[in-house]
Amino acid sequence: MSDDARSAVGDYKAGWHDPENATIRFDFGLSEQVVRDISELKNEPEWMTEIRVKAFHHFNERPMPTWGNMHLLEEIDFDKVCYYLRSSDATEKNWDDVPEDIRNTFDRLGIPEAEQKWLSGVTAQYESEAVYHSIREDLEEQGVIFLDMDSGLREYEALVKEYFCSVVPFSDNKFSALNTAVWSGGSFIYVPSGVHVEMPVQAYFRINAKNMGQFERTLIIADEGSSIHYVEGCTAPTYSTDSLHSAVVELIALPGAHIRYSTVQNWSANVYNLVTKRGIAHENATIEWIDGNIGSKLTMKYPAVILKGEGAHAEVISVAYSGKGQHQDAGVKIHHLASNTTSKILSKSISKNGGRGSYRGMVTVSPKAENCKVNVVCDALLLDEESRSDTYPTMEVRNSGARCEHEASVSKVSDDQLFYLMSRGHSEEESLALIVNGFFEPFTRELPMEYAVELNQLMALEMEGSIG
Amino acid sequence: MSGSPLLKIDGLKASIGDIEILKGIDLEIMPGEVHAVMGRNGSGKSTTAHVLMGHPDYEVTDGTVDLEGNDLLEMEAYERARAGIFLSFQYPHSVPGLQVGNFLRRSVAAIRGEEEAKGSEFRNQLKQGMEQLGLDRSFLSRYVNDGFSGGEKKRFEILQMMLIKPKLAILDETDSGLDIDGIRTVAEGVDAAIRGTQSAALIITHYNRILEHVKPDKIHVLIDGKIVMSGGPELANQLEEKGYDWVEKEVSGNE
Ligand SMILES: Nc1ncnc2c1ncn2[C@@H]1O[C@H](COP(=O)(O)OP(=O)(O)OP(=O)(O)O)[C@@H](O)[C@H]1O
Ligand SMILES: [Mg+2]
Repeated sequence: MSDDARSAVGDYKAGWHDPENATIRFDFGLSEQVVRDISELKNEPEWMTEIRVKAFHHFNERPMPTWGNMHLLEEIDFDKVCYYLRSSDATEKNWDDVPEDIRNTFDRLGIPEAEQKWLSGVTAQYESEAVYHSIREDLEEQGVIFLDMDSGLREYEALVKEYFCSVVPFSDNKFSALNTAVWSGGSFIYVPSGVHVEMPVQAYFRINAKNMGQFERTLIIADEGSSIHYVEGCTAPTYSTDSLHSAVVELIALPGAHIRYSTVQNWSANVYNLVTKRGIAHENATIEWIDGNIGSKLTMKYPAVILKGEGAHAEVISVAYSGKGQHQDAGVKIHHLASNTTSKILSKSISKNGGRGSYRGMVTVSPKAENCKVNVVCDALLLDEESRSDTYPTMEVRNSGARCEHEASVSKVSDDQLFYLMSRGHSEEESLALIVNGFFEPFTRELPMEYAVELNQLMALEMEGSIG
Repeated sequence: MSGSPLLKIDGLKASIGDIEILKGIDLEIMPGEVHAVMGRNGSGKSTTAHVLMGHPDYEVTDGTVDLEGNDLLEMEAYERARAGIFLSFQYPHSVPGLQVGNFLRRSVAAIRGEEEAKGSEFRNQLKQGMEQLGLDRSFLSRYVNDGFSGGEKKRFEILQMMLIKPKLAILDETDSGLDIDGIRTVAEGVDAAIRGTQSAALIITHYNRILEHVKPDKIHVLIDGKIVMSGGPELANQLEEKGYDWVEKEVSGNE
């Protein structure tokens, strides 16, 4: 990395970029033709092309959301985004076959190493396409499907057709429409009945090019009584111009299934991260979102669970860190449609240097859902006077038998707490990092250890240079 | 007594806002000594401890503090900790989410060095210390002072002292709120850490019981931000009998 690049990157460790060696790069801007071109390039069945085109028109007509951070949303220039960029012509099964500069990037991010040590499978997406993909053989033998979404569509068209847009219709919001119109990459997973995937599978998303738009699409189907833990990570170079990441994730947990979806989002501070994530939990199924948002310029993301079957359970633990110039607008949505369903939400946000964290939550209990339990806890920690935290919780409970608990707190780091830690030999920055990592601990302890360690280091880095 | 003092306080004055709380403290502690400070509520005992540890809220307006030839007042709190000062807090603060085991390891690493916090010796000391203080193993995975009982907080302060091995341990009412066994273990901990070593302790207390166990070399009486009387262990008994009014009379009588 050059010195210039280094100074631009600052403390953000993943902020370098490779030279752009695109094999296919679309011009900036979006039109019906661009949408059709993407579909044609991918040789897609006609029904998919049709959904894309419909979604594109919906995107065009749909106004911007009137909540979140409208000011920052208005700054997005959809004509200055590259909607498709391919840097490698194939998705390889062997890291040695991945183009060298791309492989080096993932090496630096530690992905192949993690794969060897503790993962069941990995997909690595670079710009619009997966460049590497592999799954452990024993899982394949048990019938577990883990593919990039494009291959999923080619090889399991019927399954994709059945579930695609079934949880998040393209018309759900402006950005789900955009994603449906131009999606590329993402993961497709099917776990057969009764199969437990013990070690997590991981997807890593890297944006490299300037003004890039990344629109991956993920669909996970866990059949009856099965379980899987999916982990995603993401980073991008630091540029002075903005990039757009707008994903859609759909989870289907069939009766008795268990899906855990963990995210550590660490986009650089020039990335808009506007993501729709939602799961449907059938009878006695569990869906967990473990959602960490550290980077990006603006994140608007509200992982949701629809508790459709009796006895289904949702658990969401989300943390957000907003530093200078960042706004994390995150929250959780849970819909209790069936009886004896339970949900637990823990949301934690830290704001520093004028950063802004918002919690926007929505829990509904439908009239015929008897005996439901809801527990919501929102904690905010402000590190200085200029930072901000807002909470917008909504509960619509239409069944009087529901037991709902809601707690919210906003706290500041006290001088006495800092002094206590400093008296044990820790500098002010180290002490702050201990407090901050402690605050996030309920989240980090749910992550695979390697991720937890990385997150703690990341936060320690964020606390550097913050004093004074 | 010969050699140079471990700690030398000269004419120390400190204020918070416009209020002067320490009004000229003089004190010398030699290596291996145990000193006690007694005094009424609000006389400035904790303030002395905080100022020595480097709490940013207090402004030192006059005087010097020297630790083994180094100017303590020039250092930030964490540097003082690394230089060998330890404060057992009267009211320890909680850090939710920070596990005791992790915190102990990091603190020992920060103060005594990375190597000291690794390996079996550290683990043995930790195990021993916890047994001595009657702390269960499960204690290690709890969060620092979070939901601790009063006695657990005090025991945890002493556990930290045992592992950090400071040159000067300041114990601010560590005996308050401890049961009888607790007081004895704390006293034994102090004895083990100080007697026969080059370290020293400054014990702030309201009670004779702990002093009967540790037998301090010197006792100082603090009134309104000043040490007005110093003496041997017998002073504790006199105080118990006659109270602080007696000290005040003695002092004004001598003037
Ligand atoms: N942060 C502060 N703000 C305002 N006043 C303070 C502060 N710290 C100490 N003081 C005042 O300074 C005086 C000395 O307080 P200090 O805590 O040192 O007393 P102490 O001798 O430790 O008393 P105790 O035996 O009750 O613990 C008191 O009058 C106290 O109110
Ligand atoms: Mg006190």
